[in-house]
Amino acid sequence: MNIAELHKKLVAAARANPPGDHVPYAFEKRVTALLAARAATDPLALWVRGLWRAAASCVAITLLLGAWAFFNPTASTKADDLSQNFENTLLASVDQNDQAQ
Amino acid sequence: MEPTEADLIAAVLRGNAASFEPLVQRYSPRVFATARRYARRESEVEDIAQEVWLKAFEKLKSFRGEAPFEHWLMRLTVRTCYDFLRGHQRNRESLFSDLTDPENDWLERFVTQPEAASENAEAAKLLVGRILERLSPQARLVITLLEIEDRSVKEIAQLTGWSVPLVKVRAFRARAEMRKILAKMARDKYL
Repeated sequence: MNIAELHKKLVAAARANPPGDHVPYAFEKRVTALLAARAATDPLALWVRGLWRAAASCVAITLLLGAWAFFNPTASTKADDLSQNFENTLLASVDQNDQAQ
Repeated sequence: MEPTEADLIAAVLRGNAASFEPLVQRYSPRVFATARRYARRESEVEDIAQEVWLKAFEKLKSFRGEAPFEHWLMRLTVRTCYDFLRGHQRNRESLFSDLTDPENDWLERFVTQPEAASENAEAAKLLVGRILERLSPQARLVITLLEIEDRSVKEIAQLTGWSVPLVKVRAFRARAEMRKILAKMARDKYL
């Protein structure tokens, strides 16, 4: 069987038989009724939309703060200072003893 | 005087949902004709059309009026049909031994006398539908748009939202997939 020829024939068959474009009776009425019903029965939609927006902005702020904390070089310097100060405070008495001797 | 398409859209955006009805009435034939290319059962076709119009209503704000409304709506329709195909991937493993007598006769005629197998025959129409159902959603969409509807690669890219190179790659794969299915059908039938 010539597959390429069969392919061509079948595509030609599909072209020769385009689907119908008839619309069911009162379809447009059904769609508008559905839209009206959706608007009427969905009082939480506004809240949901607002909450989604709030969630998106929270994620954006978290990402920004995370990036700032990660890339900010002063943060690591401050951490070094803190550890140094902590060590100095702990060893202050030992240092004083050394100086006294 | 009948309101123009732009007037109707503006009225819907102002909150007059009733102005949406003439738009549905005017463009539903095209939506239904497109949906019938991808769904066989009439209930599925109606579901797709309904989904298209609900999405159109929700997304109408994003219609900027630079291109005709019909083009915007067709993009929405094609993408909804693609979502439908992806959600209904059943029956893709049906056997070619289940072919009906007229389909078998048409194939026999094609093998013995290819020119005698008319593309206008009902059996050819059924057979092509059966083969399209076995294609993956991407392949079916590309074959339908490119080969059956005879659209350009650029048009398909606009309709689907895929890039032009991606459409070309998918068209190549879709043709290969279709050839593979046809070869399997030939094997099932004659071996």
